[in-house]
Amino acid sequence: MKTFFQNPRVQRSGRTALILLLIIVMTGPEGSGTQPTAGFTGSFGNHMSFFGLFYPQRWVVFLLLTLIVVGLTSLVKMAHRWWIERQRAGNNAVARVAKTLAATKQRARHRSTRLSLYAVALAFALYFPHLVTDQSWQTLVVQDVLVYLLLALGLNVVTGFAGLLDLGYVAFYAIGAYTTAWVTGSLPTPPPFGVHWNTFVAIPVAIVFAMLCGVLLGIPTLRLRGDYLAIVTLGFGEIVYLFINNSYGITGGSTGTNQIPFLSFHLGPIKYLWGLIPEPYYYLTLAFVVIFLLAFSSLEHSRVGRSWVAIREDEVAAESLGIHPLKYKVMAFAIGAASAGFAGVVTASQTLFVTPPTFTISFSINILVLVIFGGMGSIFGVVLGGLVVQGFVAYLTHSPPSIYNAADLYMYLGALLVVMMIYRPAGLFPSRRRRREVSQVEAGTAPDTLQVEIGAHRVQEDV
Amino acid sequence: MSYFSSHFATLGHEFWGLLVGGIANGFIYAMVAIGYTMVYGVLRLINFAHSEVFMTGAFASFFLLKFLVGNSTPNAFESVVYLIAAVVIGGVVGALVALLLERVAYRPLRRRNAPKLAYLISAIGASYFLYNFVGKEFGRINLSIDAPYTNNTVFTIFGATVQTYYIVIFFVGVTMLVALDRLVATSKLGRGIRAVAQDAETASLMGVNIDRTIALTFMLGGFLGGVAGFLYSIPVGAVYGMGFTPALKAFSAAVLGGIGNLRGAVLGGLILGVVESLSVAFVSGAYIDVVAFGVLVLVLLVRPTGILGERLGRSA
Repeated sequence: MKTFFQNPRVQRSGRTALILLLIIVMTGPEGSGTQPTAGFTGSFGNHMSFFGLFYPQRWVVFLLLTLIVVGLTSLVKMAHRWWIERQRAGNNAVARVAKTLAATKQRARHRSTRLSLYAVALAFALYFPHLVTDQSWQTLVVQDVLVYLLLALGLNVVTGFAGLLDLGYVAFYAIGAYTTAWVTGSLPTPPPFGVHWNTFVAIPVAIVFAMLCGVLLGIPTLRLRGDYLAIVTLGFGEIVYLFINNSYGITGGSTGTNQIPFLSFHLGPIKYLWGLIPEPYYYLTLAFVVIFLLAFSSLEHSRVGRSWVAIREDEVAAESLGIHPLKYKVMAFAIGAASAGFAGVVTASQTLFVTPPTFTISFSINILVLVIFGGMGSIFGVVLGGLVVQGFVAYLTHSPPSIYNAADLYMYLGALLVVMMIYRPAGLFPSRRRRREVSQVEAGTAPDTLQVEIGAHRVQEDV
Repeated sequence: MSYFSSHFATLGHEFWGLLVGGIANGFIYAMVAIGYTMVYGVLRLINFAHSEVFMTGAFASFFLLKFLVGNSTPNAFESVVYLIAAVVIGGVVGALVALLLERVAYRPLRRRNAPKLAYLISAIGASYFLYNFVGKEFGRINLSIDAPYTNNTVFTIFGATVQTYYIVIFFVGVTMLVALDRLVATSKLGRGIRAVAQDAETASLMGVNIDRTIALTFMLGGFLGGVAGFLYSIPVGAVYGMGFTPALKAFSAAVLGGIGNLRGAVLGGLILGVVESLSVAFVSGAYIDVVAFGVLVLVLLVRPTGILGERLGRSA
């Protein structure tokens, strides 16, 4: 009996079955305190369409789907094995194809190829509003995808480049949004110099404000170890939330404010107003995303970026080479904070209102998911990951399928984090450096500044 | 000047009442802090998902008490039996959830010797998954617990009334903490835990089963966490997001006492509970949660090893 359970194939099937059960319950109906089993029983008993072909009970649908997935993966595995064997055997046709593939891969690394790819992507992004003319979709793309991308790019500097887990990132976003409200005179607090400033004025003010807060929070806390930093930033995010939610005289309290003007400028004869129509905001935010992309990717390979990587990989060694860790960590923190503050301005001016529920800690987790999913430290990965995850979320928000409930978003995001950490800790599209780093740490050939003792727990067992 | 003098007057007026409430809260924080500190002791990492252990314990007891008590008014004997049953079920479910966490969110990473950041992220993910899952299955509203006793005033001390609730917390808390202390100090399992905390590799060479010890450490911490969740939820009810704030405070307590140090966690919990309770006189209600966090930052800046120091594994 014992050997039966130790059989890897049995274990694998058991795991698959458990995951299947979990997915069935996760996508099932809601329960309640008075009917605690309603969620579970409904998950199995209810009927559900199987691609519109027939209408069996839910568990049958999921079982069939699992069989399809398992079948497909084993097919792919078999094909892969066949492919490798053929290649090894020197089969001409296969070898030729493999060679071409390798050459394509090589070319993809080439600068000109990459640039043309970027150009195509940019052209597509510019053409996008003409492709998707539905305004509710466009609004979603601005609010749920592009703004999140801005935030993810900023968090990537902190968590990806410098390796600092900042769970209170949302606080800087809130600071940006509330600064906008303050500068434009939409808060109970009178605006600076009693003037209702143009929203564009809010951009530098919010950036400076968020940056200042980042520096002020960073200088004392960035000396701490990585896990303490995570908790302290978490607490900071919670404090900012409590503040904006409770100080009615300053921030409008739990109702927030809804008086923020759209972005607009009139310099003499040139006038423009970004209004309710999402398209102008789309282009504006897209421009900001591109600017962020360019700025951060040049930062990545600059002296500062290399210092971050050095600190992330081995703080002691970096310090011995003359890199001042605290200085660079605070810098990363400030840059992250500034980008979050900036995103706050964009959101506040586009949605016209700011309310505390937007700025709960969960929001930081959402941004963290984007960074982790794409690949910490890889700008390309973060953009792609952000597009995939937030695009999917936007789709779910726009036209939710019957098995999805918007309140469950964070359940799925949390599960995604765990799954990523178990199977792809470096993210789906990691930078080469990061991937090497993770594999080195796992092989025990590189020191991990964040971890000193875990290495002692490597258990020699054949898994 | 007048600001403080008036606040001190309030404090003087209500000191004993606040103290009693603070100690009661302190026991709850101490029991949760034990979970953080034990896991930190053996793995050197913060179990971010411990707040969900706390929450699930409360839910388990809620359902049991709803089944046992319902609308009836239990007599004295039934009260005690129901209370013990609720404590046990809260603890057992907490321990099971902690075990599950270890198996799913930690062990695969441990096998791979993953970087520490990965553990933190995986635990955060597990925490978000768990509490939203519970919210989905059991509703997202506050469920008020059917207390198995009536909350009478048992006696007064310096004008402060001590209710049944405080007595319950005191008895359960002291029993749990003493039992755990003895368990870790004297039993074979406790010796294993201390050995792993000191030096895992050597411990494994000496025949300590590391996987088992780590799992049991999670379970012990989870048991106390689950019970604490039940005690916490008696007056305020159980809700899916209830774990976040108390857990953050308990973590502060663990750091305050010296993380990795069992008695430090108890001391830190009690101090934090009392300080927080007394600060009611100075801080308005909405910002009361900030106090614990301020304590945490202060400790980390001034004395990161805590009051009793990080006595990892040396003794209970």
